[in-house]
Amino acid sequence: MSAAANRLRRRHGAEWRFRACGAIAIAIAIAILAALLGGILWQGVGALWRTEILLDIDIDAGTIDPAGTRDPAALAGADYGVLVKNALRARFPEATERKQKRDLAALASNEAAYALRDRVMTEPGLIGTRLKLWVPASSDVDMLWKGVLDRDTLVDGGRLDADQVAWIDALAADGSVATSFNAAFFTGGDSREPEQAGIAGALVGTILTMAVTLVLSFPLGVAAAVYLEEFAPKNRWTDLIEVNINNLAAVPSIVFGLLGLAVFLGFFGLPRSAPLVGGLVLSLMTLPTLIIAARAALAAVPPSIRDGALAVGASPLQSVFHHVLPLAMPGILTGSIIGMARAAGETAPLLMIGMVAFIVDIPGGITDPSSVLPVQVYLWADAPERGFAEKTAAAILVLLVFLAVMNLAAVVLRRRFERRW
Amino acid sequence: MNQPIAFTLKPTSAPAVAVDSPPKMSARGVDVFYGEKQALFDVDIDIHRNRVTALIGPSGCGKSTFIRCLNRMNDVIADARVRGSITLDGQDIHDPGLDVVSLRARVGMVFQKPNPFPKSVYENVAYGPRIHGLAASRGELDDIVRASLERAGLWGEVAERLNEPGTSLSGGQQQRLCIARAIAVDPEVILMDEPCSALDPIATARIEELIDELRLNFAIVIVTHSMQQAARVSQHTAFFHLGKLVEQGPTEQIFTSPRDERTQGYVTGRFG
Repeated sequence: MSAAANRLRRRHGAEWRFRACGAIAIAIAIAILAALLGGILWQGVGALWRTEILLDIDIDAGTIDPAGTRDPAALAGADYGVLVKNALRARFPEATERKQKRDLAALASNEAAYALRDRVMTEPGLIGTRLKLWVPASSDVDMLWKGVLDRDTLVDGGRLDADQVAWIDALAADGSVATSFNAAFFTGGDSREPEQAGIAGALVGTILTMAVTLVLSFPLGVAAAVYLEEFAPKNRWTDLIEVNINNLAAVPSIVFGLLGLAVFLGFFGLPRSAPLVGGLVLSLMTLPTLIIAARAALAAVPPSIRDGALAVGASPLQSVFHHVLPLAMPGILTGSIIGMARAAGETAPLLMIGMVAFIVDIPGGITDPSSVLPVQVYLWADAPERGFAEKTAAAILVLLVFLAVMNLAAVVLRRRFERRW
Repeated sequence: MNQPIAFTLKPTSAPAVAVDSPPKMSARGVDVFYGEKQALFDVDIDIHRNRVTALIGPSGCGKSTFIRCLNRMNDVIADARVRGSITLDGQDIHDPGLDVVSLRARVGMVFQKPNPFPKSVYENVAYGPRIHGLAASRGELDDIVRASLERAGLWGEVAERLNEPGTSLSGGQQQRLCIARAIAVDPEVILMDEPCSALDPIATARIEELIDELRLNFAIVIVTHSMQQAARVSQHTAFFHLGKLVEQGPTEQIFTSPRDERTQGYVTGRFG
């Protein structure tokens, strides 16, 4: 075989090997991503369901409305927990010892009393009657029923005792245990009890924080980029500023958190744990990234467009705002959304400004105490109760969906701006 | 090619240049520096109405630098400095009382590479009149756009495509669109920096015809690499070499009996 044919064969071989390596690398990346997402989905999907117990509750007028006035204030403050306990005791009269009674009451979640109260408040006519009501079970029962933990583990670990397991079996035998969609997870705030914990507080907190970040960093970042790229003289000072911006983009995010703690909380006395401060800190963190992306997008606009505008007598400002900035906008938007998405996934700087606090209420404004999704993930991942494991995975899913929606918004905005030309 | 290029003077319908009329623009003692480097040395030249002035010379000779002085486009280059006087109708264009924006509205420019805005054909032409407030109504603006496109010889081709992006036109059409954009603000002088260098011969011929027509209303300065083009379109030619204006005069004289031997060398193709 001639040397030329040999070389050709070797070159084709090398090309084939290179392509094969690329394909393998991508296959590995996809497999890892699929495993990661699959694992989270597998763990987290359970949080969408919760276990409920059907109880036959005697809504005793003497317990919740002794005065008989049906006064809403009195009804709201009444002790519904007793009714739930009585219903369970009526179902299992064999529980007579003090410990047994306590164990029996522990089958239902604290939430059961609130569910009953809400029902009675909307339908006061139920008072004095018997009501069959599905009430949420406690987290341990939830784990058992969904099969997340097997009964031996639960009993050996002291989470459930033999009596409780027997009672659940008895309830299950007559169809009084079932799972239903866990709407409370999406409408509720955080809780110490895994079965009651919801993501709404953290989600609203994240949305508020991102809104503050966007409102602060986008106009500032774009204005800074336009000035530096289009108007600023090129001298030692602007070089220094450029180097500083590039360095700031590489500063670890926790440093911005410490800065926020010292300046916004310490000096200006802004409220702790608030989306306002979170947004301020994340703006500081996002600004350098945004400025760099916006400058790159502006620099990518061909100089001939500026020349064309200036040559028909447009002022430098008109040239930038009529021609250069609109052309750079798709790139600026992409850069901003990438920066925002990075900020939305930040935990460390927010820990510094107190957003790690345990907050049950859903924030109503940017100065209310609040949590954010990544910090909520961190908090739940750290919680000892087994019930929080699936909540953690579910919170990660919510965070991923949130980021996906943001990226989708970036793509849609890009398309819209590009179509105008 | 050592022979002087074939040269025929076209009979033109344009009025003869009134040589005694005052020049539209005139440059005296113009030096240009880029940082420490001097790019132009002591250039004197007059630009007249109804006349095409061609600036020729080898690459890097300063002809593009000079044309960009005439509407102060060198202002946007950070370390460029211009010395000497350039006047438009007797007024110094570097006079602080003269706004550079209004200067550029009076001295339009067409660039080497067609650079239409990435907007519709209509918007490209309407942009200048709009920012200068030349049209009081949409109807007037429509008229200006139509008249400009007609004068640029493009109306017939784009009348039905006014809403298509200017960038979707062919190269030659784009360059004529840029010319329409320049004349839409009703300038007095049009500067053209190698307007045909990115175009094929047919598109080039159309632009050259157009330049000849535009001469009736404007003073035109054209930078060109092509001596044939200078011979075809211009009445006055200036030869630049190494930043100096070596020789200028009526085009016919420059090409047939140059006085300077560098000019002779360049137009006969011995260098450049």
